[in-house]
Amino acid sequence: MREYQNIFTQVQVSAPDYPGVPIGDAERNRTKGIVHNHLLGKLGDAQLGPIYLGTLGVFSLITGLLAFLIIGMNMLASVNWDPVQFVRQLFWLSLDPPGPEYGLSIPPLNDGGWWLIVGALLTTSIMLWWARTFQISRNLGMSNYLAWAFGAAISLYLVLGFIRPILMGSWNEAVPFGIFPHLDWTAAFSLRYGNLFYNPFHMLSIAFLYGSAVLFAMHGATILATSRYGADREIDQITDRGTAAERGALFWRWCMGFNASMESIHRWAWWFAVLTVITGAIGILLTGTVVENWYLWGMKHGIVPPYPPLEATPVLDPMMEGAQ
Amino acid sequence: MKIINMNWFASAAVLGAALLSGCDIPPQETVQRGYRGTGMEAVYSPEVLQALVDANQVPAAIPAVSSEGPRAADVYENVQVLGDLSVAEFTRLMASITQWVSPEQGCNYCHVAGEGFAADTLYTKKVSRVMIQMTQNANQNWGAHVGGAGVNCYTCHRGNNVPQYVWNIGVPPRHASGMVHQMQNVAHQESNAYASLPFDPFTRYLLEDNAARVAGDTPLPTGHEASIESTEYVYSLMMHYSDALGVNCTHCHNTRAFAAWDQSNSERVKAWHGQQMVKEMNNAYINPTNQWLPAYRQGALGDAQKVNCATCHQGAYQPLLGANMIADYPSLSRLAPAAEPAEAMGEGMEMESANLDNGSMSGEAH
Repeated sequence: MREYQNIFTQVQVSAPDYPGVPIGDAERNRTKGIVHNHLLGKLGDAQLGPIYLGTLGVFSLITGLLAFLIIGMNMLASVNWDPVQFVRQLFWLSLDPPGPEYGLSIPPLNDGGWWLIVGALLTTSIMLWWARTFQISRNLGMSNYLAWAFGAAISLYLVLGFIRPILMGSWNEAVPFGIFPHLDWTAAFSLRYGNLFYNPFHMLSIAFLYGSAVLFAMHGATILATSRYGADREIDQITDRGTAAERGALFWRWCMGFNASMESIHRWAWWFAVLTVITGAIGILLTGTVVENWYLWGMKHGIVPPYPPLEATPVLDPMMEGAQ
Repeated sequence: MKIINMNWFASAAVLGAALLSGCDIPPQETVQRGYRGTGMEAVYSPEVLQALVDANQVPAAIPAVSSEGPRAADVYENVQVLGDLSVAEFTRLMASITQWVSPEQGCNYCHVAGEGFAADTLYTKKVSRVMIQMTQNANQNWGAHVGGAGVNCYTCHRGNNVPQYVWNIGVPPRHASGMVHQMQNVAHQESNAYASLPFDPFTRYLLEDNAARVAGDTPLPTGHEASIESTEYVYSLMMHYSDALGVNCTHCHNTRAFAAWDQSNSERVKAWHGQQMVKEMNNAYINPTNQWLPAYRQGALGDAQKVNCATCHQGAYQPLLGANMIADYPSLSRLAPAAEPAEAMGEGMEMESANLDNGSMSGEAH
């Protein structure tokens, strides 16, 4: 017998166009086009559209696309407008922040100015998109969990590219726009400030990040495993605990003593995800502004284990007085 | 259905093999080089190691000759640096240099046939005189880096007129004319081991007098102001060190605290002295020869081809895997007695240092 599954289902429900609930005047912000796609139906809902754009959405897309375009054009300029080199070197190419000599001043366009403009455009785009998540939630009578979660991620973005560089007095502290270059930035950042792994907020962020992945897998697996008993109606089962919720709860209780409830598991997941970026943002914010070298700071506070000297003659800084 | 599965299986196998082909075949040998649990270890693959050994064989020395008899300076004209050698020793060294540097062109690479050996007609002869002094200086004054093994011409040249690994001041690739190039984010750069890091760390740290130090040296901020940009430059330089020596970061560092000297191996101190030595070589010896160099021996900015770690090391943690390069050539192990070298250098030292104003050439500066 064919069985309906939550993902990669063998069965597809073919339904007429569904434009969504009526939302009064705001309805003009919704696009008209609706498409049904069989392949999409394998992954989720087969219906594509309508999209709620609105003023916020339109301007978010415009500023976002402008930022994207300017980054691309700067990369293209750095390979002398050669499309072949653009493709070959794409992962290396970058739009870099201004050099340290500019501090927080406005640099010339061709030497970091575009980076500043892109930063402003991209930030505008993201903030508009953020406001949009509020707006759509309100239209649908939802509360604002999604917007606040997205806001948590934005806080990390703002700390990295805007708040911390301002506190440090140099745009050069910010992240470049590029695939390998932003990874190099990450490594250089940790090297400059004495190993980010000894930053307690970085530790927390990692714990929440990995925790999020584990919770996601545990919850997803539990619901899939009990969906044959109606666990896919998760919200029903919060208030009217059926056999699916019962079995899922018992599974974890028997496994590890404690079990989350059908409701609280979603709060667990939400907080883990949100705290990943909030603790991350705090950790980045403190780096260089409040703590100069996390390794030395960790040594000072007993976080870091001291090791015995490696060699019989201790290795000394050759630039130190008295060292050879 | 069966066929599809078989095809799928076959392509997965091909893909898997392709992914693994970049790896060395096990077993690797691991040597612990630091405190347990810190990952300070050297990993050797037997085949790679064998290839390294094969590539680093020192050619047999010409048998030693008598140091008795008349001095080269008394017999030949215009012998400025090696004049205190006996004629036999002098001739032996000239023959060795020919083997090391110009095995194909022979004596005529530096001397014009029929003109006699005294004339300084060719730029190669004038340059080689300075290079001999550079070698002597390295062996006499930079024991902290070259140790007892020392260096001779072969350490770098290996039978090539110009050593295989040299560098010039970096020039960005063609880019839009109005744009200031960031001197990084360029693919396929050997200088930084193919990273997107700055592609010319050498000018800053092996020519100009900058300390390659960026990490904060106190727990809390005290006005230390190394930028992220200079951190990426040092990172790039370290990629070169690592690539040139065929080692990873842990050869010198405990990676939990790159900057901490008390966590590092003594190799790091050697590397530090190496940086100072190379800086001196480039400023005091290489750059002054630039006045004689033909354009095809210069970089895009008209600067001389300079020395970095790879020039000597060529992928080995010690050049030629630590073979002693001066035992057979004592004249190269120390600077020649004064007077003549000063005269020889005087000419070169006054030129414009390859258009670069690099104040300090002292090994004591950082």
